[in-house]
Amino acid sequence: MTTLDRTAVPRRGNADRVKKGLVSGKFTALLILLPPALILFSLFVILPLADAVYYSGFSWNGYGAPSDFVGTQNYQRLLDHSVFHTALWNTAKLILVSLLIQMPLALGLALLVYRKTPTNTLFRLVFFLPYILAEVAAGLIWSFVFDGDYGITSSLLHAMGQESVYVLADHQWAFPAIMTVIVWKYFGFHMMIYIAALQSVPKDLVEAAKLEGAKPRQVALFVQIPLIKHALVVSGFFAIIGSLQIFDIIIPMTNGGPSNSTHTIVTYLYSFGLSRLNIGFGSATAVVLFVLAIGIAFFYQRTTGKGSKA
Amino acid sequence: MQVSNNYNVPCSRPRHLALAVAVVAALGSVSAAADTTVTVLRVESSSAEKRYYDEVVAEFESQHPDINVEFEYLANEAYKTRLPTMLQSSQRPDIYYTWGGEGLRDQVDAGFVRDLTEPMRDGWQDIYPTSAVLAFTLDDRVYGAPLYATVVGIWANTALTEPAGVNVETIKTWEDFENAVVALREEGITPLVVGGQDGWPLHFYWGSLVTRLAGGEGIEAAKSGDNGGFNGEPFVRAGEMLQALVELDPFQSGFMATSYERASGMFGDGEAAFHVMGDWDYLPSKQRSASGEGVPDEDLRFIPFPTVAGGEGNEQSFGGMNGFAVTRDAPDEAVEFLRFLLNAENQRKAAATGIFVPVAEGSAEALETPYARRVAEILDESEFHQVFLDQALGTSVGATINDISGDLAQGVITPEEAAARIEEAWQFR
Repeated sequence: MTTLDRTAVPRRGNADRVKKGLVSGKFTALLILLPPALILFSLFVILPLADAVYYSGFSWNGYGAPSDFVGTQNYQRLLDHSVFHTALWNTAKLILVSLLIQMPLALGLALLVYRKTPTNTLFRLVFFLPYILAEVAAGLIWSFVFDGDYGITSSLLHAMGQESVYVLADHQWAFPAIMTVIVWKYFGFHMMIYIAALQSVPKDLVEAAKLEGAKPRQVALFVQIPLIKHALVVSGFFAIIGSLQIFDIIIPMTNGGPSNSTHTIVTYLYSFGLSRLNIGFGSATAVVLFVLAIGIAFFYQRTTGKGSKA
Repeated sequence: MQVSNNYNVPCSRPRHLALAVAVVAALGSVSAAADTTVTVLRVESSSAEKRYYDEVVAEFESQHPDINVEFEYLANEAYKTRLPTMLQSSQRPDIYYTWGGEGLRDQVDAGFVRDLTEPMRDGWQDIYPTSAVLAFTLDDRVYGAPLYATVVGIWANTALTEPAGVNVETIKTWEDFENAVVALREEGITPLVVGGQDGWPLHFYWGSLVTRLAGGEGIEAAKSGDNGGFNGEPFVRAGEMLQALVELDPFQSGFMATSYERASGMFGDGEAAFHVMGDWDYLPSKQRSASGEGVPDEDLRFIPFPTVAGGEGNEQSFGGMNGFAVTRDAPDEAVEFLRFLLNAENQRKAAATGIFVPVAEGSAEALETPYARRVAEILDESEFHQVFLDQALGTSVGATINDISGDLAQGVITPEEAAARIEEAWQFR
């Protein structure tokens, strides 16, 4: 220890040298560590992005090099396409449902089961199970649940003396059904975030509030929730980004149908860009999706960031 | 298009033959002083079909010890998405499976496909009906050779039609067909089953009607923008006729949530009297039925798609024409092998195995089931074989056609709008 102490307290003249060394050390670190990161980032993010922007200017089916330059025509078509409007609106609906239904539900459940007891562990597991399931499997399972002939929903309706409803073939009900499945699939994930945060809330604060005569609802509202705000911000971010990415539940459930009424931006990109080999058009969609995602991310960070400072 | 021809015919060949094939194949690879390797890329198919290729390859290699042929298989969707990339890479196969139509044209335009016009003229194409060669002909040049054809018709279950007083054999015109639908509904029998979720099964109605109304020539004319292009009268009329049919409530309930596989199983279970589908559905519909038996053969009929009053294409057929194309830099040996694979003798062998309905003239006699022979007859009588519109017009326009077929069946667009959407997709393809 003593030798260490001696070196740790250098003479005054050495201090500057050490500081300099540190600075140049940082610089060396930067020199060594930045290029790989920069190269990887350029290779896997910037370059594909630039490619997408480039391709979006062409009418191109993926064969040979793109040669048929059409300017902004792909964007024009995209913005005029009614299915794209539906896809945008559906994505917006998903974001709203995630923020306004899924998160409060997850928060409520988290408040009920965050304390460490054996029954709570069981409940947590049950609520978390849907999240473990692969998206495609979940989509397939639910497409059976909603099946008008053999599904549970139609059996229930039959039991109530109603006609069977083919939910996923119905223009009005197909997308609400998908939103239900998405809430069911992901609320467990958000609940887990809140549980972790709630467990780190100091117990004495909760105790103190209770001693003051606060009811559980008040404790939650005025002590616990304000203290887990950081977790709420993070889970909100996940909810939004997740909504922008939703793809692999919809494909097995409806494949975007009936009549293209259940597309999100990503399933739209896939159906109208990739599987139709309209690579230029698909690239334009991807660019729009990217701009939207970046825009929402910045907006979200700004608004929630301001809040947490206050 | 997502048709997969799942013919899972059990092996009817004696085991020693397979052994012989294996031995010959092994010998072939021992004498792998083979100078040239020909690679063939095929969409994943049944094991019976793979055995058939193995036999053909073994025989070819024994005749040509210096050529080595390798088959590779990719699942249907993977094949479609990976082919463009593979054609552009050094991994380019020498011979690849193709559906013809605009998809092939894109590949030809990009310069990936070898022109087979000369070898075809040299006696090769004479063994096929003209319509089969036409499916691979673009601007008078031939870019592929046919392997097999599929035909869209109506599968009928007479156990259900007879109680409603419908005689399947007398359904000749669209009116007959509509009357049958009405009669079946009155009897409380679901007239038609369709896998609406997949899009393409509904396109079989619209596409067949367009073929009847406009004929192959009319469709060609629309491509070059004549007679109003796809806004033209036959295309609108086809939409009107499909919607008039839908007015009769012909389909099972919730048909837009039914996949093709499920629909095919439902027909096998006797849940509907008719199924407008390709001839390939014979075995799949049996296998997908609850009993595994499907509709018993004595009740099962396959009839041609009904004719339409005044239609230009009443003598034509609608379906698939699938074959192989050769890539640009492929060695001449590839052409030689393809010619061998698709010669009359090997086509007859394929017919005898029952794996598909081959196109070479005379191979139909070797077909075993009455349905396959019926298909061969329809093809034989056909003046022109119109390839599925969702393939013939290319991937992008094809997907639009599938979309509007579903939209028409649900009544969410008018026939005029549907036609306009196809024309727009064609302009922007």
